[in-house]
Amino acid sequence: FPGLADVSIPQDIPVEGEITVPVGSHSPDEDYSTLDEPVKDTIMRDLKAVGKKFVHVMYPKKSSALLRDWDLWGPLVLCVSLALMLQGGSADSKDDGGPQFAEVFVIIWFGAVVITLNSKLLGGTISFFQSLCVLGYCVMPLTVAMLVCRLVLLAGAGTVSFIIRLIVVGAMFGWSTLASTAFLADSQPPNRKALVVYPIFLFYFVISWMILTFTPQ
Amino acid sequence: ISCLVMYLLAEFDDAANLLAANPDATTISIDEPVEIPKNQHSRLQEPGREEDDELLGTDDSDKTELLAGQKKSAPFWTFEYYQTFFDVDTYQVLDRIKGSVFPVPGKNFVRLYIRSNPDLYGPFWICATLVFTIAVSGNLSNFFIHLGKPTYHYVPEFRKVSIAATTIYAYAWLVPLALWGFLMWRNTKVMNIVSYSFLEIVCVYGYSLFIYIPTAILWIIPQKVVRWVLVVFSLCLSGSVLVMTFWPAVRDDNRRIAVATVATILLLHALLAVGCLAYFFDAPELDLPAPIIPAHNGTTVITRSH
Repeated sequence: FPGLADVSIPQDIPVEGEITVPVGSHSPDEDYSTLDEPVKDTIMRDLKAVGKKFVHVMYPKKSSALLRDWDLWGPLVLCVSLALMLQGGSADSKDDGGPQFAEVFVIIWFGAVVITLNSKLLGGTISFFQSLCVLGYCVMPLTVAMLVCRLVLLAGAGTVSFIIRLIVVGAMFGWSTLASTAFLADSQPPNRKALVVYPIFLFYFVISWMILTFTPQ
Repeated sequence: ISCLVMYLLAEFDDAANLLAANPDATTISIDEPVEIPKNQHSRLQEPGREEDDELLGTDDSDKTELLAGQKKSAPFWTFEYYQTFFDVDTYQVLDRIKGSVFPVPGKNFVRLYIRSNPDLYGPFWICATLVFTIAVSGNLSNFFIHLGKPTYHYVPEFRKVSIAATTIYAYAWLVPLALWGFLMWRNTKVMNIVSYSFLEIVCVYGYSLFIYIPTAILWIIPQKVVRWVLVVFSLCLSGSVLVMTFWPAVRDDNRRIAVATVATILLLHALLAVGCLAYFFDAPELDLPAPIIPAHNGTTVITRSH
């Protein structure tokens, strides 16, 4: 290649320029570095994302927002608050009381992991963390039920309060199961949907049972 | 017979899952013309017919002549390997559960329902459901039994869940392991026609525990008689499934060992049921008859004499 022998870069002229070729128009996120923004903006953006997901759980509309941008902050907050509220269940001896904080925490996270593994083994197309995200966020109605139960128990612990608690926990259990099924059912093969939905039903049933049988000291 | 074979080929779109009745039967390709399977079928049927027919069922013996399956070829460290254990559809799981609850006399559960496609979905989730059912029912039953007493304070008894989980999962996995090891060891001494893989044994045990789920719910009724009738009834159903599965695997062996094996299987199964009933469910209160007062007779005698 005789022509290339003439090409040389002079040492004194600096070479600079852009390597990237601009494609289309820039969206505001790409050339806005998030390192320079105020901390309040960073936190508010994450909080808004979590809040939007809570709203989606309360009105499950088959939107894919929960699945697309998964995060585990919401499940963590819900799990910790539920475990704290279940703390201090009555016990004559230490062995017969309600679940302790660690037990609730482990049941929720381990149960969610097992259900996710189950749905993936059955051939589901959802990713691991998306499924954990959905299952965790759908614990929210049950956390609300726990709050209501504690308030009702402050007023008294008789038969009437038990019936109120039963109705509230039952309704929230149904809501949780339906919400998570609405999000997760589409990613399963059609002839195995019931096999995937049943463990979710069992999971929320166990959590509802823990909430319903909570008796304060 | 050609019509039967065509019907069977149409029915099973993955005939790859059917197990050959004889381990050394030649495999038959679906692409071959129908006459060849018919000839081989009639030749191979004769030696095995009398022995296995009463437990395979006469309509199964045709189906089990077709292709042996190509399963579980992925290495064990990949995710796909474990997916092969969950390769079941909803209707298959429901069929297997139905087969464990209504045992048909003369039909082997493994041959009829599992057919070399053992799954881990059924055993795992049936055990999980059973654990929570026993814990919840036990708690509810104790609550109703002690309800009227003034000194009774309700406790959720959450510790019992972990005890139930350990017991039931240990039973559902360790007993099949021991049984499988024992059958493998006997196989080296005596040539058995029928042998099961470890997963098939786990499958049978898992599905046979299903009958205890409605039994545990009905154990809430605080009557001793009702509870024991339920124990005997469920033991008969699930025990018969186990016996019909494992009898052909040991009957070629020494008579006493075969009977001892089947008796041990039934004994462990009974022990599980009775143990769960005794530990998780408090004894219901007995209704004592009113004590007879002897003074009443004395006063009537006195009044009559007047």
